[in-house]
Amino acid sequence: MTPILGILASQISGHLSTNSYESIATVNVGSGGQSTISFTSIPSTYKHLQVRGLLRTNRGLAYDSVNITANSITSYSTHQLAGDGSSASAAGASSAQTSIQYNNITGNGATASVFTGMVLDILDYADTNKNKTFRYLIGYDANGSGYINLASGASLSTAAISSLTFAPQNSSLFQQYSHLALYGVKG
Amino acid sequence: MAAGSTYTPIATYTATGSVSTVTFSSIPQTYTDLVLIGAAKDSNNYTGMRVNNSSAANYSRTYMTWNGTSAGSARTTSDTTLYVGGNDTNFEVSIYNFQNYSNTTTYKTILGTQKIANATSIAAVGLWRSTAAITEIDIYSVSGATILTGTTFTLYGIASA
Repeated sequence: MTPILGILASQISGHLSTNSYESIATVNVGSGGQSTISFTSIPSTYKHLQVRGLLRTNRGLAYDSVNITANSITSYSTHQLAGDGSSASAAGASSAQTSIQYNNITGNGATASVFTGMVLDILDYADTNKNKTFRYLIGYDANGSGYINLASGASLSTAAISSLTFAPQNSSLFQQYSHLALYGVKG
Repeated sequence: MAAGSTYTPIATYTATGSVSTVTFSSIPQTYTDLVLIGAAKDSNNYTGMRVNNSSAANYSRTYMTWNGTSAGSARTTSDTTLYVGGNDTNFEVSIYNFQNYSNTTTYKTILGTQKIANATSIAAVGLWRSTAAITEIDIYSVSGATILTGTTFTLYGIASA
């Protein structure tokens, strides 16, 4: 790293790993596309999970939707605050849904090379006494269009989460260069 | 499944006096994502961020704000900077995620949240319309003002398996 004007080089701290955040697995979508991205056999040895990545599908519209499911759980609720560049709105589904649904990831009709960024936290994912809370920041900007969402979801099940699946909702495929990475955070 | 420790601090800068720019340069290309966490004060109430020292009008941003009473959303297009906050009284804390920053295929998406004490919260997604790998991040006071003492930022690297 190069020191900056007005800042002392001695204030740089570098390359110190905290050993409390670990990479578990990564899926990089290849040239043929991929109908789902799944993480299976997730170890239960962490306190929290985080999924980070970029998504885009081959749907012929500017946008697509993605469903997120855990294990074989079929009951979820979600609440979100969403901004579309003009106004913000709150929405939610407190009754059971079969997945956590997010409706504004980039499709193939969006500006080329624009992918949707996502950071998803799943808290206390291995605790069998709690329904599981999902919290995510997700969005894209395409220089004149875009969405930003800050949302929470819950799997209405106390089962420990051992698998996660991300799937486009409209029979589309995740496009090449989409990728998701799963991390574990120690408690 | 592979496993390995990550979320590695790359560098931390803390301003001990007023400065015009905070620069993280020569960023290693060995991580998957970057996370920049900071608290900033700015004499001009407008702190900007650029990558790779580029001042071309290739930045845009969609964001939403909320203050406990109401919420709104707006965007900027073809701008020469990404607004990342700024307040001359209270520190604005922020977290920015640079997804897959070193790839040379996609435009760069930056997810962030910002908050000033007793003021509006912001969630934003920014775009840098370039496929170049990010090797430098500059945080600066727009209009030639100064970033104030105590401002601090730490850059982390996250490597996926």
